[in-house]
Amino acid sequence: MIGLGLLKAMRVTLRNALKAPFTIQYPDRKVGIVGAAKEEGKSPIGLVATQPVTAAKAAMSMYSVPVNIPQNRRFRGNEFTWYEDRCTGCASCAKYCPLGIIEIVTSPGGFDVQEGESYAIDVFDIDIGRCMFCGLCVEACPYDALHMGSHFERSKYERDALVIPVDELRQALKEPSSWFRPQFEERDYDPFRDGAEDDHYKVGRHEKPSDETLDERWVEER
Amino acid sequence: MTTQVRTEPITVNLGPQHPSTHGVFRMRVTFDGEEIIDVEPIFGYLHRGSEKLAEERTYVQVVTLTDRMDYVGSMLNNQAYMLAVEKLGNVEPAPRGVWLRMIASELQRIASHLVAVGFLIQDLGAWGTPLIYTMREREKILDLFEMLCGARITNSYLRPGGVFMDAPAEFWPAMNAVLDELPPRIDDLDDLLTDNDIIFSRTKGVSVLTPEQMLDASITGPMLRAAGVDWDLRHRDPYDYYDQVTFERPLHTAGDNFARYWVRVQEMRESIKIIRQCEKLIEPGPVRPEHDDVPWLLRPPIGDAYAAIEHSKGELGFYLVSDGSISPYRCHVRAPSLINLTLLREMLVGELLADMFVSFGSVDINMGEVDR
Repeated sequence: MIGLGLLKAMRVTLRNALKAPFTIQYPDRKVGIVGAAKEEGKSPIGLVATQPVTAAKAAMSMYSVPVNIPQNRRFRGNEFTWYEDRCTGCASCAKYCPLGIIEIVTSPGGFDVQEGESYAIDVFDIDIGRCMFCGLCVEACPYDALHMGSHFERSKYERDALVIPVDELRQALKEPSSWFRPQFEERDYDPFRDGAEDDHYKVGRHEKPSDETLDERWVEER
Repeated sequence: MTTQVRTEPITVNLGPQHPSTHGVFRMRVTFDGEEIIDVEPIFGYLHRGSEKLAEERTYVQVVTLTDRMDYVGSMLNNQAYMLAVEKLGNVEPAPRGVWLRMIASELQRIASHLVAVGFLIQDLGAWGTPLIYTMREREKILDLFEMLCGARITNSYLRPGGVFMDAPAEFWPAMNAVLDELPPRIDDLDDLLTDNDIIFSRTKGVSVLTPEQMLDASITGPMLRAAGVDWDLRHRDPYDYYDQVTFERPLHTAGDNFARYWVRVQEMRESIKIIRQCEKLIEPGPVRPEHDDVPWLLRPPIGDAYAAIEHSKGELGFYLVSDGSISPYRCHVRAPSLINLTLLREMLVGELLADMFVSFGSVDINMGEVDR
């Protein structure tokens, strides 16, 4: 019968029209007076009484709060996390990069906690502007020194600024993603819940060797 | 008394930058009034040389290129490429990895069909609403992919012989929640669109293709099944473990735009059934072979291999030639989008201007795959 199908279709749209929207406002969310008062830590009446300008702004939906949606812990984020103490400068990551955007320059004369002598890493540049976040460099790292980061808001105004230099990698907040790092998932680590992972011993695939084992390996054998 | 109006054909250029062309695609269309009398498709505007780029990358690195061919079906592309690599290098895949990639690719098939259906309805002029309904469901599937592999579109999840990492513990309840939610949503889509008189009158009997025409042009996928030809590689030439699951192949006999739409909606239901069976049959174990068996710098013996899967758009095949080095000597992709597009002229000539993009959308092409 002509028209019955249209009525059925309208029933679906009506049912969905009554639901709350599933879209998420990003990066800011407009809130009314109640939301603004909650954000300022006051009751709505208190907000109107103490901060009338803010309340008026909120009433005109000009007050917005930032929205922060956590990703999943395997999220391949924008900022790489690099542990210099674990890195030997082997450049496996540079070789495995399908685009060849990682530049590593090493020189002899570095110091490693466990091994003694090692290479010093002078340059470790990652050209994020050309990176496609496949994560093969992280998969290639044999010492778990390089990890995907868990953030993604890293837009810049200039292309040159998209290159992450070694100093920035050193100073960056260490919040690694658990992509290709099963040891994180065994520990139930979540960068969006737990935050920073400071200790470079913690992020390894293998347990930290005890002092006795190290003595055995490096002192008694020689 | 009727007066004879003399009309003359006019040639219109459409695209390449046109919002309805699903990418950068150009058509030179000759109209006589509202009727299309000639179509000349011109493509190549999105050519990125993926096949050539594959020749200077290792076998694992090429996975990242396959993601970007058909970017609404990345998992399926990965699967087809991995099957070809496994055939070429005689890799014995790990069973759990195979089950995981079957689950991932069936989820991707649902997501891809949702995109196809949503944009087809949008081409019909239903601005926004049905498209957002389908996109809402697709988002949930993309969230599952993020849980599996950390990315939503460019997955790079599969590796030769399996997947790079086991699914996290929170994946299985999340997937079950999505699968429980999907059938009512597809019913909604049925209520909204399949029984809709407007959709009937706009799509039935438009751009009819006969099975003979399509077989001559080697068209595969939902387009072929919409004309009543029972050709599904999952059933005819089972790859992975598709011989261990049971599913039906929805067929329609009309071969018009509505049949192509209908087949896609029904296939989503079958994909849900397949995932449910996979979840029952999956067993604990390693998800990829040991590094000694399948090293990262895979050096397959000299030879060639062709592996094809049933992509959401048709038969997707990868043909690889190895010269014994770490990268393929030649990589050729049998892209279903490109081959399904070859009958565009036959589909459009004789139809009206308003139906042009509906027919074009019912092919479900992806320009990233057409031009590669």
